[in-house]
Amino acid sequence: MIRARAVEKRYGRRRALRPLDFELERGGFLVVTGANGSGKTTLLRLIAGLAAPTGGELDVASDRGGLGYVGHEPLLYRDLTALENLDLYGRLYRVPERRERAGMLLERFGLWDVRAERVASYSRGMVQRLALCRALLHDPELLVLDEPFTALDAEGAGLLDRWLGELAGSATVILTTHDPERVEPLATLRLALA
Amino acid sequence: MATAAALVGLAIVLALLVAPEDADQGISQRIFYFHVPIALTAYAAFGWGAWKALLLLWKREERYDLESYVAIHQGTIFGALTLATGSIWAKASWGKWWVWDSNQLVLFLVLFLFYSAYFMLRFSIEEGPRRENVSAVYALFGVALIPVSFFAIRLAEDFIHPTTFTRDGPQMTGTMFFTFCVCWVSISMLAYALYRVELLGKRLDSNLRELREALS
Amino acid sequence: MNYLADVTALARKDLRLELRARDTLPAMLLFVLSTLVVFHFALPSGADEVAAQGLLWVALVFTALLGLARAWAPEREDGALEGLVLAPCDRSAIWLGKSAAVFLFLVAIELVALPAFALFFSPLDAGAVLGVLLADVGICAVGTLLAAMAAASRTRELILPLLFLPLAIPLVVGGVGASVSTDPGRYLAFLGLYDAVFAILCWASFEYVVSE
Repeated sequence: MIRARAVEKRYGRRRALRPLDFELERGGFLVVTGANGSGKTTLLRLIAGLAAPTGGELDVASDRGGLGYVGHEPLLYRDLTALENLDLYGRLYRVPERRERAGMLLERFGLWDVRAERVASYSRGMVQRLALCRALLHDPELLVLDEPFTALDAEGAGLLDRWLGELAGSATVILTTHDPERVEPLATLRLALA
Repeated sequence: MATAAALVGLAIVLALLVAPEDADQGISQRIFYFHVPIALTAYAAFGWGAWKALLLLWKREERYDLESYVAIHQGTIFGALTLATGSIWAKASWGKWWVWDSNQLVLFLVLFLFYSAYFMLRFSIEEGPRRENVSAVYALFGVALIPVSFFAIRLAEDFIHPTTFTRDGPQMTGTMFFTFCVCWVSISMLAYALYRVELLGKRLDSNLRELREALS
Repeated sequence: MNYLADVTALARKDLRLELRARDTLPAMLLFVLSTLVVFHFALPSGADEVAAQGLLWVALVFTALLGLARAWAPEREDGALEGLVLAPCDRSAIWLGKSAAVFLFLVAIELVALPAFALFFSPLDAGAVLGVLLADVGICAVGTLLAAMAAASRTRELILPLLFLPLAIPLVVGGVGASVSTDPGRYLAFLGLYDAVFAILCWASFEYVVSE
């Protein structure tokens, strides 16, 4: 699913990611760890297609429609409700039966009661949960999650754990975290960036 | 570089001394020998910069970004010179440092504003592909603006103010034409030489930086 | 067909956001009216109607700038622009949807501003109104793209006018000409040409402005 050969990224003079090699098969689960500034976020952005590598080769066997991304920012519209946000993304991703799917996700992640309230009124944990709903809306074959647990409360983290467990094997997952033990049982490949 | 400098020297001599004086405008007409080639060179530089910008967006090779930037830099310098020589000509011809009557001059004023903004834009974005892309797109807008502005300025003549005189391009005799060509060629060569020198300088700069980083 | 659906969904999103926040439109409206009043005091007595027509265009251009500066604000908060860029839709659809919304805002403002101008200064004929509409297309197309460029820059609000004004000069020429001349046809055709050339350029190049 993903093949990286000497992939590196620099912004002008600043090097954001040192050359990296790895290969992740379809259905695999990659856990990336490393100190702040080691390039975890950069790597995930390269895989998601938000940036292009300045060196090496990176092959990702998925197009934009099959990719779900959660970054440090929620990628949502603060003045729209959860339903409206998901409706917009559902249209852009051509999700079949988008209303039902959105409803199902909102319920799974405990946001059903606040579905018609503006995102601006949500707590940080709720925003992150909605960001996850957004990423999962179109049932992506490749899920790229940048520190998804960080903003979640205990309940939210539990919901994500369960979802990831269900996904294992069917979708390819790449995840960065400061707490690798949590996802250890699911991991098929581990990368520690320096 | 040396050839260019020598040619420019020859051009100056020819323009100021050898070419016969124009019947209508006298000595001020001599500045045309420089003003027009400088303007043409500026256009060429902007066009070259846009071409390199297009190549950058198409081929995605990093070197095109620097080549586009240097070309536009040269174009802006020559554009400023166009405005300066145009202003001198205006003063010599009508006693004022600026006139709105010359369409070419007004066009250059608009372009000068446009390309000055190019540098402000470019250097307010962090180095990287974003800066390259945005600069390239802006450079392309520039060449689209040149003909569109030209038409606009022509159209504006109708209601801005009626021209109180007609200005013909100089009717050139043989020697005049020869002088003109020499000037044109020499200034183009000068521009090209400056372009190569600046490009080389910037490349050396960045190589040196990379080396320093690799060693640290 | 999908392309149009994307554009519509995006434009509707912008309309909904503005209806909810209600900050940009009222500000633009107040700005244009205040500017017209300033012009009354700025025009010396005896200045002819033609000069006033020219000032209308100054007011429109600067009011548009006000709105354009805020055009991408919802996308900048919380990184929503990246969300759109990640989506499988064509990147140019993002530009077109946003331009369409900005166009509707500008026209909404003009529905008040133009009658106000006619009231304060002098009536506007069909040529002027048509000129305004055609120029709006150019303003929104080019302005939206430039605003996205400015959003990528460190100096954001500061740089947008610098980028926009040189490109707006032909529009002002076309617009004033259409308002003032006895034969607006030429000017309207010129505005159409500007719109065509720059809309195509924006449509083709927006992809590069938002991607790395």
